[in-house]
Amino acid sequence: MTLMWIPLLPLLGAVIAALTAHWGRTRCAWATAALPALALALILSLIPQLSETGSIKSTISWIPALGLNLSFRFDGLALLFSVLILGIGLLVILYARYYLSEKDSMGRFYAYLMLFMTAMLGIVLSGNLLQLWLFWELTSISSYLLISFWWHKPEARRGARLALTVTGAGGLALLAGILLLGRIAASFDLDVILQSGDLIREHRWYPAALLLILAGVFTKSAQFPFHSWLPHAMAAPTPVSAYLHSATMVKAGIFLLARLYPALAGTELWFIVVSSTGLITLLVGAYFANLKHDLKGLLAYSTISHLGLITLLFGLGTKLAAVAAVFHIINHATFKASLFMAAGIIDHECGSRDMRRINGLWKYMPYTAALAMIAASAMAGVPLLNGFLSKEMFFAETLEQEFLGSLSWMIPVLATLAGVFSVAYSVRFIHDVFFNGEPINLPKTPHEPPRYMKVPVEILVGLCLLVGILPNIVVGPLLNIASSAVLGGELPDYSLAIWHGFNLPLLMSLVAMAGGLFVYFHRAHLFRFQKQFPEWNASESFEMAMRRVQDAAGKLLDWLENGSLQRYLLLMLMLLILMLWPALTELTHLTGKRAHLPVDIPSLVAGGLLVVAGLGTVIYNRQRLIALLMLSVVGLVVSLAFARFSAPDLALTQLAVEVVTIILLMLALFFLPQKTPKESSPRRILRDICIAGLIGGIIGTICYALMTRELHSISDFFLANSKTGGGGTNVVNVILVDFRGFDTLGEITVLGIAALGIYNLLAGLRLFMPSGDSEGRQWALDRHPMILAVISQSLLPLALLVSVFIFLRGHNLPGGGFIAGLVTAVALILQYMAHGVDWMKTRLDIAYHRMIACGVLISALTGVASWLFQRPFLTSWFDHFHWPLVGEFELASAMVFDLGVYITVVGATLLILANLGQMTTSERPVTKEQD
Amino acid sequence: MEALYAFCVGLLTACGIFLTLRGRTFPVVVGLTLLSYAVNLFLFASGRLTEDGAAVLGTSEHYADPLPQALVLTAIVIGFAMTAFVVILAMRARGDLGNDHVDGRLPVNTMGGDRT
Repeated sequence: MTLMWIPLLPLLGAVIAALTAHWGRTRCAWATAALPALALALILSLIPQLSETGSIKSTISWIPALGLNLSFRFDGLALLFSVLILGIGLLVILYARYYLSEKDSMGRFYAYLMLFMTAMLGIVLSGNLLQLWLFWELTSISSYLLISFWWHKPEARRGARLALTVTGAGGLALLAGILLLGRIAASFDLDVILQSGDLIREHRWYPAALLLILAGVFTKSAQFPFHSWLPHAMAAPTPVSAYLHSATMVKAGIFLLARLYPALAGTELWFIVVSSTGLITLLVGAYFANLKHDLKGLLAYSTISHLGLITLLFGLGTKLAAVAAVFHIINHATFKASLFMAAGIIDHECGSRDMRRINGLWKYMPYTAALAMIAASAMAGVPLLNGFLSKEMFFAETLEQEFLGSLSWMIPVLATLAGVFSVAYSVRFIHDVFFNGEPINLPKTPHEPPRYMKVPVEILVGLCLLVGILPNIVVGPLLNIASSAVLGGELPDYSLAIWHGFNLPLLMSLVAMAGGLFVYFHRAHLFRFQKQFPEWNASESFEMAMRRVQDAAGKLLDWLENGSLQRYLLLMLMLLILMLWPALTELTHLTGKRAHLPVDIPSLVAGGLLVVAGLGTVIYNRQRLIALLMLSVVGLVVSLAFARFSAPDLALTQLAVEVVTIILLMLALFFLPQKTPKESSPRRILRDICIAGLIGGIIGTICYALMTRELHSISDFFLANSKTGGGGTNVVNVILVDFRGFDTLGEITVLGIAALGIYNLLAGLRLFMPSGDSEGRQWALDRHPMILAVISQSLLPLALLVSVFIFLRGHNLPGGGFIAGLVTAVALILQYMAHGVDWMKTRLDIAYHRMIACGVLISALTGVASWLFQRPFLTSWFDHFHWPLVGEFELASAMVFDLGVYITVVGATLLILANLGQMTTSERPVTKEQD
Repeated sequence: MEALYAFCVGLLTACGIFLTLRGRTFPVVVGLTLLSYAVNLFLFASGRLTEDGAAVLGTSEHYADPLPQALVLTAIVIGFAMTAFVVILAMRARGDLGNDHVDGRLPVNTMGGDRT
């Protein structure tokens, strides 16, 4: 469980940073730093356990059937990266305290930074690839927030968008790759995948999976040709650059490369793709770093180049190369973070980052200059510094390569060339900035920064020196444990000595040094040469492309969404046909093996009636009253069909609903035009008939195919347990109030919400009421005929008695809350119709919306009551009692639930109809409606 | 019998869809009601057709599948609520917008082929 706390603590830190922002900047920084510091302490406390077992794992099952678990795994590689993420993160927190001005929101900055830290820790600690991917995407999002921290600057917004788009697109490719990998290995668990390397490499999906995963890796790690986002991300505050582009964001790609190394590496394809991408990136980055006049631009391209170097090392595929790659990860993180911080100090104190104007700073800030010079020397690979060691290992590895056959000599030569450029830009960072004359036209007079702003740089530069001088003691154990995790346990022999004697790698270093100095001092030629090429700005091209995409999307949207509902419906229906058509053509046998029922005369007659009424509804649809009458016939036949095919509950419900629906539509029709104008062109009618006919045919076919096949239902369970478990013999009702009671609770809630919505819609309705029908005849003055009034009044007690009867017997015979509620509602509506709203109001003054609330509440409380008996929500109870006179009688908690259903149905139905009916009673306006 | 039943379901679907494609609110509501009949019958049929087998224990030898019945029962009630909601919405639209076209505005006749 300790493992889970490691990414959780920085997440907590994000909250704390936001909460403590008003305490002042220093206190906010301390409060925020406390949590990653604790996480770092946790990591260090796990080391003894790690060196015993090799890896630590902790898992919480979520959906084991899908391989989705919250799983954390800690091994040497995760240790290395966690220490980098947390260690450099802490230094960045300290540095940012002094870097950000008072105008910047400290809390927001730290919150984003902590969120990013959580995401990075999540990546390196994930024991499940899908979970890793989730954190991977979280780094994209949180880095977007960090890069666009100064959102008032357009270049920051653009840079952030570019970074998000490139890394986000890569993330999608990665997800596809991970899904393929998971299918191949039959698990997303990292341990399983790392152990099934052979299976993966021999699978026919291997090339696709590898290329997709590499697309994610290369976009994240800014490899050519996806590198262009990184220089534009320099619009971020420098602490962000120092963090994201030294130890974290871009290293996430490298981490994945190292993480999946045992599973994916070792094939021809891996070798060619990874090493050539790394080599090209190495050269391109190093070359362009020389052309940048912006201090951070130089560092950005240098970062690209070094990432290329690490990628190349992993691509080479030998064990020693992998060790060198891990070693260079550590070294690059330390010297590059300190260089970014130094660049930030210079920017902060000079007000500019342009190396053509910043010169001779040695005089103004000698201490910072000394630190920066050491770090830059480490970047150049000067002996006694950490960069030298890993660069020597790299040169030695390039000499061992034979994959280009007789052209293999080119690899060390190209590596040396990259070394030349690398020395040249490092020298420029030293000489052009700290010497080379006087500052030109700077906005500020430079001086040393605040004391504590230098502390993070001092620590990192100190590490560069310590690793460079005493590699075995300082970094040896960490390198060993991390490399063995990458290589899956077997570690090659290597030595971290500073002095290997005079050999070829040393010669290459010397050539690189000399060549670098030469290139630097003749850099004017290089600038002039590059000037001949047109300048290309990735951010602008990206914005242009985005604008084009937006325009195209806008046009498509205008075409699709023209405001016509009929058109939307048509498009959706055509899509439906398109999706159903191929599925049905694949179904070869229309008729299944199930025995058919014989057709009898009554069914035939009913069917004929349905056809006539259905078609009649359509044909007379413009004369709305006739269409409505036809519709009611259809509804009647439907309820007969339910009765015929053994569904008495449905027949009763359908019948009752039919009555209220038709009353409702009649009432509505009173306010709407009585006739539909003839609008549709014949062509449109023909088109609609074709579409409707086609879909009707398809649905009928599916229905037929379904009914003639054997049924495999889960209903046997309900039939078997209805009596013993639910205490009722009417299985349909027991399902409603017991087995699936929770569904029913949801459904009556929906019913209540719909009724309340209608109540609300009616509240502000202003409609003219017609004074007569469409042919100009006045409505009858006798609104409440005597006979109807008398009969309905005398029928009311009987109807209510029937509904009580239906309600009570519902558990054992057809009936129940729904049907009883509808019957009651119909009986009451009849009174409304016969006597008018005012008459009813004096006799039955119930607020129906309260009734709905009561009903839902009763049902819900019945469910809650089972908690009192330590049972799950909605557990039902029943027992049989012997009552005098009545005899054997059953009581069940489901009846109380059903009572809630009953009250809700009555309330909802009456709320709708009584309120709609009330509309007709307000003062009738004289204006005749125009149509 | 199955063929007759399926034919009726298909016919109701077709009638419902044709009416929902109309341009005025009331025929659309009627179309939706027809469509909901078709949907309920279709769902009910997924439990297959059974004669004299109401799912009341002790009344017969073989029982109809009670599960689709329970689902359709609530669907009927909710379908009523939805029909009511749509028809009142149509009334409100007519009151506020002054016409009963589904788009809330009468089609412009000069628009050519895309007239309603």
